[in-house]
Amino acid sequence: MSRTVEESNRRLLRARDAMDREYAKPLDVPTLARITHTTEGHFIRTFRATFGETPHRYLQRRRVERAMFLLRATERSVTDISLDVGFMSLGTFSRTFRAIVGESPSDYRRQRPADTAPVPTCFMRAWSRPSSLVEAAAGAWR
Amino acid sequence: MLTSIRLSQIFVLDQDAALDFYVGKLGMEVHTDIDLGFMRWLTVCVPGDREREVLLEVPGQPSMDDRTAEQVRELVTKGATGGWLGLTVEDCRKAYESLRAQGVEFTDEPTERVYGIDCGLRDPFGNLIRLNQPTAAPTPC
Repeated sequence: MSRTVEESNRRLLRARDAMDREYAKPLDVPTLARITHTTEGHFIRTFRATFGETPHRYLQRRRVERAMFLLRATERSVTDISLDVGFMSLGTFSRTFRAIVGESPSDYRRQRPADTAPVPTCFMRAWSRPSSLVEAAAGAWR
Repeated sequence: MLTSIRLSQIFVLDQDAALDFYVGKLGMEVHTDIDLGFMRWLTVCVPGDREREVLLEVPGQPSMDDRTAEQVRELVTKGATGGWLGLTVEDCRKAYESLRAQGVEFTDEPTERVYGIDCGLRDPFGNLIRLNQPTAAPTPC
């Protein structure tokens, strides 16, 4: 692998970190593309080639992961949580959540206890995120 | 019986750049820096804690073939090697401000967790580092 690819990877990782931080905001492809020093189309293609999914799909999983956490850890309403994590409507959130997780937000909340383990948040975030493989197997996101 | 973890390792892509970051910016110190001929044995530690070293290793020949080294470098730059460090700090917010002023790239700002205040940053190569100011008993990061 050339140094050029390493530098590209590093910039894409920087853009992905920005998505992790700004997950509640609308997907800003132009800004992310600027982070990677590429055009918007090239950014989307190289992101997918590098991380196995499009920026949009990555952001959706990040938002749903945050929603799953908030459903477990808080008593906020499903509607409030959907807005907290960046969805514009409860309907879109519910459909997306069900497509990724396989159950409704309310059912998910009823069946999951609150987090109590003293596990570093970075690990909880990485490992509690719904898998893109599960989505693909379920036929979601087509 | 086991008594401690003394030596651990992460991959870096350039040891001089690693030294500039881990020692020059992060504030760790060189524990050992020896040219073994076949490799540069470069370890760093937290000041005052020389019982625990972190080896800053460059992937490559003869430890691994060129193709494997390429794969490792690719994983490092994608942030996917799995190698990372969890460091304890006295004041997480102060450390964040100081490092940020030096141009260190943070993944997230200091945030209060159940185990303390922590934040995340990346080294120049893509490795993740967590800084934690524990509230009570120390935790992994």
